[in-house]
Amino acid sequence: MSEMRFTKDHEWIKVEGSTGTVGITDYAQHALGDLVFVEVPEAGRTLKQGDECAVVESVKAASEVYSPASGTVVKANATIADQPGLVNESPEDKAWFFTITLSDPSELAGLMDRAAYDEYVKGLE
Amino acid sequence: MRYLPHTESDRRAMLAAIGISDVEQLFADVPVSARQAASFDLPAGQGEMAVERAFTRMAGKNLSAGCAPFFIGAGIYRHHVPAAIDQLLSRGEFLTSYTPYQPEVSQGTLQYLFEFQTQVALLTGMEVANASMYDGATACAEAAVMAARITKRPRVLLSGSLHPQYRETTETFLKYTELEAEALSPDPLGMEDLIGRIDSRTACVVVQNPGFFGGLQDLRPLAEACHADGALLMVMVAEPVSLGLVESPGAMGADIVVVEGQSLGMGMNFGGPGLGLFATRDKYVRQMPGRIVGQTVDQDGRRGFVLTLSTREQHIRREKATSNICTNSGLCALAFTMHLTLLGETGLARLAHLNHALAVRLESKLRAVKGIKVLSQSYFNEFAVTFADDIDATAIVEALAAKGILAGVPAARFFPGWPELRPVLLLAVTETNTEADMDALVSALNEVL
Amino acid sequence: MSDIQTISGHRGLLLEEPLIFEQSSPGRDGIDLPEAPPLDLDRLGGLARKAPIGLPDLSEPQMVRHYTRLSQKNYGIDSGFYPLGSCTMKHNPRLSEKVARLPGLADLHPFQPQSTIQGALEVIDLLAFWLKGLTGMPAVAMSPAAGAHGEWCGLMAIRAYHEDHGQGHRRRVLVPESAHGTNPASAAMCGFTVDPVPANALGRVDVEAFKAKLGDDVACIMVTNPNTCGLFETEILEIAKATHEAGAFFYCDGANYNAIVGRVKISDLGIDCMHINLHKTFSTPHGGGGPGSGPTVLSDKLAPYAPLPFVVHGQNGLKLIEHAEEVEGARPFGRVKGFHGQFGVFIRALAYILSMGGDGMRQASTDAVLNANYLLARLKDVLTASFDGPCMHECLFDDRFLKDTGVSTLDFAKMLIDEGFHPMTMYFPLVVHGALLMEPTESETKETLDGFIRVVLGLAAKAKDGQVEDFKAAPRLTPRRRLDETLAARTPVLRWKPGANSAS
Repeated sequence: MSEMRFTKDHEWIKVEGSTGTVGITDYAQHALGDLVFVEVPEAGRTLKQGDECAVVESVKAASEVYSPASGTVVKANATIADQPGLVNESPEDKAWFFTITLSDPSELAGLMDRAAYDEYVKGLE
Repeated sequence: MRYLPHTESDRRAMLAAIGISDVEQLFADVPVSARQAASFDLPAGQGEMAVERAFTRMAGKNLSAGCAPFFIGAGIYRHHVPAAIDQLLSRGEFLTSYTPYQPEVSQGTLQYLFEFQTQVALLTGMEVANASMYDGATACAEAAVMAARITKRPRVLLSGSLHPQYRETTETFLKYTELEAEALSPDPLGMEDLIGRIDSRTACVVVQNPGFFGGLQDLRPLAEACHADGALLMVMVAEPVSLGLVESPGAMGADIVVVEGQSLGMGMNFGGPGLGLFATRDKYVRQMPGRIVGQTVDQDGRRGFVLTLSTREQHIRREKATSNICTNSGLCALAFTMHLTLLGETGLARLAHLNHALAVRLESKLRAVKGIKVLSQSYFNEFAVTFADDIDATAIVEALAAKGILAGVPAARFFPGWPELRPVLLLAVTETNTEADMDALVSALNEVL
Repeated sequence: MSDIQTISGHRGLLLEEPLIFEQSSPGRDGIDLPEAPPLDLDRLGGLARKAPIGLPDLSEPQMVRHYTRLSQKNYGIDSGFYPLGSCTMKHNPRLSEKVARLPGLADLHPFQPQSTIQGALEVIDLLAFWLKGLTGMPAVAMSPAAGAHGEWCGLMAIRAYHEDHGQGHRRRVLVPESAHGTNPASAAMCGFTVDPVPANALGRVDVEAFKAKLGDDVACIMVTNPNTCGLFETEILEIAKATHEAGAFFYCDGANYNAIVGRVKISDLGIDCMHINLHKTFSTPHGGGGPGSGPTVLSDKLAPYAPLPFVVHGQNGLKLIEHAEEVEGARPFGRVKGFHGQFGVFIRALAYILSMGGDGMRQASTDAVLNANYLLARLKDVLTASFDGPCMHECLFDDRFLKDTGVSTLDFAKMLIDEGFHPMTMYFPLVVHGALLMEPTESETKETLDGFIRVVLGLAAKAKDGQVEDFKAAPRLTPRRRLDETLAARTPVLRWKPGANSAS
């Protein structure tokens, strides 16, 4: 099991080999409230780190999701588009957004590990 | 002043509670140089009687439609508004409420908007409608932008059948965006080739049915051509009464339908406010501008209604919103839905038939007038005629106005740079026209021609 | 009270009302129409509708009762106190309604020959005269249909000016973080990018931060004044000066113009352009969300770019200009809507203006500001005011006073509904936490304000007393209790369909 890395915009990425799995953090889902709509990227789309890659919406808020790494989208999670509530229930596991083939794994060094992210979040509250 | 309840002693007591002696202290943040003395040299307030007299005087300078045989259309139609509508519209709970952001105290507004959305979807043959836009022209422009958003294409093709003011409004909306509008020439005979102009950059084709010059068009071939090329078909309807008799745009393959709703419930009001109806397919609902009402349940499980899918809108999405629209046409939507409720399926069909039959009657009477030719091959309640020998239609209209007849709109009013349209006149007929009106028009035309 | 069950589902005067689609009986008539003349051959070109539409058939008494019952589920200004901040819910005079219905004004077509509508043009021209006189501005574009539409109109004029003067590269617009969402949305529609400007600790534009953002790519600034926190921008003259020195324009969002109408001329503040919400400042009805009207006043520089149509004084009376070629020097950026503007709204606003006069409007803005400051003074020891007073026409509180009570701003607002008041604006502006924005308007008596204050203070005491369950359950006395907005958005039901919209 590889380690999760986190962005300041509350995305996470978990890397196995050259493939990363991307989602949003528990903190992010909590801040948004009950999600009612999720838009995930199409397979095959090329993303640069920091590109807008998905949209999450609650009743009173909408937020862009930014790609934590550069690469090509392999597969999107169709389940969360049908059941946005899953992002509230299982944000860092079942409700992953998409998988991506990394084009520059060295980018990940710039992201936070769990301990650093937790500390970052504590500073926001 | 009758609208201001405070007495001087109220004001003194309130100032004391605030802890100041002079109300001017509350305006201390205003720069001294911008504080104006008591008067702006503007007139003082007046009582009800004086104000009413002022308006009666201004009203007296107009020739109102009810005082003349009246045949003007071109986007605003004079229909009979049943008495019940204005009475109910005047209820303070409708008139003086805000946008229904607090659903527990706005179920009245929310329910009639839900009913309105359903009626609009049914009427246009579409799956879903919003809770209204300002008017047909702005809704037309917003629909073009929406089509570009959906297709991710930049080009909007505007048919010559489109009302020139809808066209101008749409061109203005697109003027400083990355989108481009291509407008075709005015097309009184329905001869233009739209299909040949669709290409891979075309986001949508915008047509009006019945067209600005009255003509009706089977839109199915155009819809097929649009869809084959990945473009959308956007249909504008300026006269919603036509939908009681004519095939709906949805049935002919439209992807977005926009209607100017003024014809039902509202009266003419010199052209404003209008009412933009906006309908589309379910799959595009998140790209729609404007407010949308949805059904839900309350804490006790009872059916209720709320504003929904709000994340499209400016108050949440700001510069990424689908539109900047906030205030829309709530009360006009209420007038529209009330009128349609009174008409129902049976009444609307009857009203539409009556309009068409009267228009056909006028056309047949005009055939007997020398020097007039009817241009429109097919039409609903409005058609274009042309005068022989290049006679200026504007001069005819002015001459008939002098005789107390409001005889349609000269096409030149919209197209001053098109000499071939100089003799063209648009004539509209509704249920408000009597046999005597038509005879008056015909005999006046015989006199001036 | 809410646990009383009746057989009918009605609760006394709270009457349940089905959808019109659930009351239809095909063939019922709500309107009697004359017989059509015989039609041998239609002229529909083979496009006659084949299938029925699916509209319900009701009679007139059913229809009248339906809408009467629906109206009873609404709260309006006529019902009671409506302190909805930033919305200006003041009394709507009925004289305005009466004169707007005069047939000589209502029963006019926009394309009648101009000789037959001189009185209508006079209404437009007279309203323009007042708007220019009150603001001190030389020109006004009358046709925008609402405030946001006016914003866009003003920004289009600004863009057109820049394009005309070789300044087309000016695409950045500075907008304070506290702005209405319409501001950035309108800017985006003109191809501008939005650059937010922070506020200072006093709730005003941070002038130093603002100046640092000025540059030769800035098209204009958009500042709401008084701002959305209900405060006058004290450094507005300096903001205007710096803006002009940078070659940019000053757009003012006039949503809160009602606080200063009759007291301050916009032209004295260095403003180039401002929309006026006739449905706020000039008391035309909000109508459950419109129609509004958003005439936009313009400086001399911007005036030539005003959109079509407009009214001018001609040799034979007033003249409506519908094409740019008709007037020398006109450089209209285009047309913003169909026909000639929100005429029905113009009549109502003008009736209000003539009733109030210059003196009455000055008193109205004075009383509006007095009422807001009275609320602020009486509530600030218990509620937490976000900024020190004096405020202008509205006062802003945040939710610090609810800290650790378990009660949210939303809960507090819903309790006010059970107490018979419309809630204040909540969670706007975004720059303070859990905002409660109260705009009492000049229409309210001291007695009404005192009654409201007593309730708000009482509810604050209840919240602090730990009666959180009552708040969470509120409202309990309305036709519907809290509605499930998550369900509505997750599974959108946006219309009636046969058999698909059962009552529960």
